[in-house]
Amino acid sequence: MVVDKVGDAELDRLFQAFADATRRDIMRRVAVDEYSVSGLAALYAMSFAAVQKHVAVLERASLVSKEKRGREQIVRGNQEGLQKARRLLDEFEAIWRQRAERIADILNEEKIRTED
Amino acid sequence: MTVISSTKNVEALSFTLVAEFDASVERVWQIWEDPRQLERWWGPPTWPATFEKHEFTPGGEASYYMTGPEGERAGGWWRITDIQPPYRLEFDDGFADEDGAPVEAMGTTHASVMLEDIGGRTRMTVNSVFESEEQMDKMLEMGMEEGMQEAAGQIDGILAEHSHA
Repeated sequence: MVVDKVGDAELDRLFQAFADATRRDIMRRVAVDEYSVSGLAALYAMSFAAVQKHVAVLERASLVSKEKRGREQIVRGNQEGLQKARRLLDEFEAIWRQRAERIADILNEEKIRTED
Repeated sequence: MTVISSTKNVEALSFTLVAEFDASVERVWQIWEDPRQLERWWGPPTWPATFEKHEFTPGGEASYYMTGPEGERAGGWWRITDIQPPYRLEFDDGFADEDGAPVEAMGTTHASVMLEDIGGRTRMTVNSVFESEEQMDKMLEMGMEEGMQEAAGQIDGILAEHSHA
């Protein structure tokens, strides 16, 4: 497996991070505003520890950064990590763009042949 | 200009591609239906696909492999979940081992293809969603290989296309 833009392990972490609805929701929120972990925990019907775990997964994937401020842990979106995810989707999208172009080539070839 | 639009949803890990072709819906359907034609476009030029099985029926299965520049093989499979010729095709798409058997642990993407007649031409909408949440990471890792191969050889084409968009 040759992936030279983003490492395999990095990719694993990134998509694991995105694979959960709560984590995606946390991502959406901290992308526009900073939240404390307890502030996030208040938003979901789950324990503080569970939310903390979700934040840790996001942090490992470099999608958020955490900073200690007094007694609070402040969570913020990490633009660089998000851009990486976007870049991966770009790659996948490129596969389909290329496929569409190849289909067009096949259809056009045929047209030229019939016109001859 | 073949590709009309593509929309990415980073949070839902899905994207939609809309392309238009100068051909009838029936003709574009053949591109999917006929394995020999499918082989000409499914894999990138450096990783051509060979379809060993292509059951184009509801619940049907397809099995293929792509051959890399060094002779290496990457296997894949489809499971057709909906088919309404010549307008609609939906299938799960995953990876296979060397014998062509699905590697379920690798997860799947779900693709839906819609063909519409637009005055004798055809609009094709492909929606692709990463479904398997737990294994999505691995899945993409594999998909990337193909993407990278393509990007290497054909990035100029993509850029030219973007600049004309």
